[in-house]
Amino acid sequence: MPRLQSAAELEKLRKAVLSGRDPGKPCISICAGIGCLGFAGDRVVGAFEEEIGRQGLKDRVDVKATGCHGFCDRGPIVAIYPEDICYVTVSPEDVPEIVSRTVLGKKLVDRLVYSDPATGKKAARPSEIPFYRNQMRLLIGDNTRIDPRSIEDYLAVGGYGALSKALFEMKPEQVLEEIKKANLRGRGGGGFPAGQKWETARKAPGEEKYVIVNGHEGEPGAFMDRAIFMGNPHRVLEGLIIGAYAIGSRQGFIYTRHDTPRLKQVIDRALSTARDHGLLGKAILGSGFSFDVEVHLDIGIFVSGESSALMRSIEGKKPEPRAKYIRTSVRGIWDRPSNLNNVETWANVPQIISRGSDWYAGIGTERSKGTKLISLSGNIVHAGVVEVPFGTTLRKIVYDIGGGIPDGKKLKAVHMGGPMGGSIPERFLDTPLDFDAMAKLGAPIGAGGLLVMDEDTRMVDVTRFFLDFLSHESCGKCVPCREGIRQMLKIVTSISEGKGKKGDIELLEEISEVAGAASLCALGKTASDPLRSTLRYFRDEYEASIR
Amino acid sequence: MTSIVLEIDGKKVGATEGETILQAARRADVSIPTLCHHERLEPYGGCRLCTVEVDVRGRTSLVAACLYPVEQDLVVRTRSEKVDRIRKMILELLLAHAPCSPQLMELARVYGADPDRFDKESSFCILCGLCERYCGEVKKKHAVGFVNNGARREISFIPEIASKECAGCKECFPLCPTSYLQAAFVLTEALAFPSPSSQGTGTVER
Repeated sequence: MPRLQSAAELEKLRKAVLSGRDPGKPCISICAGIGCLGFAGDRVVGAFEEEIGRQGLKDRVDVKATGCHGFCDRGPIVAIYPEDICYVTVSPEDVPEIVSRTVLGKKLVDRLVYSDPATGKKAARPSEIPFYRNQMRLLIGDNTRIDPRSIEDYLAVGGYGALSKALFEMKPEQVLEEIKKANLRGRGGGGFPAGQKWETARKAPGEEKYVIVNGHEGEPGAFMDRAIFMGNPHRVLEGLIIGAYAIGSRQGFIYTRHDTPRLKQVIDRALSTARDHGLLGKAILGSGFSFDVEVHLDIGIFVSGESSALMRSIEGKKPEPRAKYIRTSVRGIWDRPSNLNNVETWANVPQIISRGSDWYAGIGTERSKGTKLISLSGNIVHAGVVEVPFGTTLRKIVYDIGGGIPDGKKLKAVHMGGPMGGSIPERFLDTPLDFDAMAKLGAPIGAGGLLVMDEDTRMVDVTRFFLDFLSHESCGKCVPCREGIRQMLKIVTSISEGKGKKGDIELLEEISEVAGAASLCALGKTASDPLRSTLRYFRDEYEASIR
Repeated sequence: MTSIVLEIDGKKVGATEGETILQAARRADVSIPTLCHHERLEPYGGCRLCTVEVDVRGRTSLVAACLYPVEQDLVVRTRSEKVDRIRKMILELLLAHAPCSPQLMELARVYGADPDRFDKESSFCILCGLCERYCGEVKKKHAVGFVNNGARREISFIPEIASKECAGCKECFPLCPTSYLQAAFVLTEALAFPSPSSQGTGTVER
């Protein structure tokens, strides 16, 4: 593939890709995301390839192994186009019948059609299935249409159009302005305005600047970044290149998981195809802008996803956070301005550039714009990756999309924000998904993990779980975090075993205050947030164990 | 170098850009307690005992004096009810590990820390990292390092390096605020590279 030399050449290639494709041609899209792979999605992919070969249909039917479709608990998921049929819990044995009956015969295989567990109502299309119908899938929607190994698939859905627009029709300042006007807020945890961060890095003194994709995603119950990165890597990469252009960076880093080799393969392949196409490397698309990316594997502890620890790790040092009295966007990797955003934040960038900040700012609430990917898990009928506009109520996510609580149980609480988040009781379920509204309740959105808990859940145990996680996953450098978590875990454990002592709750509050005020990084500062929220809303459960 | 004037405990203090609050304070004879700080080493910010209150742009926050860079007109308070409460708790947390450290006991007296607040888990090491950093930064030997994360973190001599480098150095021993470092070294030596002289009569024959 000769490197593309201009915007026109990119559009020419896109046209060629599209004209070579017949929209009426049957396409079988099989979810090969993390969840479905766990349900033997790989074998379903193999079975389809074999069956298509056996029936001599290779030229007439496309088979695609794609990234995550989102409907994880019903996996393996198979989508069939052009009819837009969604089959659930497909096994390799179902494959010959799907090909004969649905792909060729245009009839449904009834037993593979989704049926609502509550009403028994059947729904064959995403537009009819409540799980999909109630979402707004701006980021993850393309996953079902894209083979992550194929840059053509990304070009077919308009990929790299935003990059071309940014490079040839906009100045870096204008790109920055769009991101600021869109009020894109960081999806990694803090909700910090991305535009403001970019601007700090752009204005910071220094020739050499870095942009980084934080693909660490280390918290329990968070699996949305993997869904988007493994399913649509070019989208994240396009966002990163646009960001680099706006900030004035020539070198990017992708920090990704050491324990997900498939994700690394997908990223490596996306980078090399992008390079081959002239979308990465020297003089991108023939413009004056050059930029390239290096991939780094994480060190397997949670704290290595903290921005300053991550940057140390990229430098080849221990992933220990440093004080951020001077921000990493001013002094990051090798003390150079370094702008870090997480996977989902970068994935938002292309659409803001191609569709405009006005369009983007029209979605969501006053101060939380766009959509948010949510990893829905716990005591929920449909666990999976969900995307909704900000402002959607938690009730809608849990009941209309997630299908409610299984086994006729009652909802007790939802936990957001992982080990540095909080749990809120059922009475707050009509709260809209909004950075500030959730933070005010003590359950910040964090990266977007939503853990649903039924009436049998003991909230002291939930707190113990998160403290136990952090006691292993912090770096152990600073005293208030390391020792504070150690002591809080001991006390919470004894309370959960019914051996609480008088004064324990007050002592927990005191340690939590010190850890929150004096720890070195955000991990220690917020380590006691699950504890604080459960003490705030479920204090009686602690008191009941104290004698 | 720009010269900066800041205020520490009501006293005007001159400093240069790039300095930390701790440096400026020590020069002005204002004492701020530290456990993990050493003048020859990079500021670390691990013990958090040097936490002080600062007023920046109308906001009060708690920062580590050993890391926070001085700014013009910065207002610093090295003692306050909140600061003292933090230091007291930090000392209590550490005294669970090293109840006999003279340095900790002295600080506990100043801040009213109760040595028995938490159950003893006498690991003796308080993980200040002085030995690890001194060996790495000053001696460039890395004979002692941290292993494990979080609550399981501990220091460990690397036998391959320690057996060559430590006998003639031992400069880290006096830096240790507890008695643990020497014990760890002696243990490593006994287990991994016993010298004839250390093979005393106490060794058990098998």
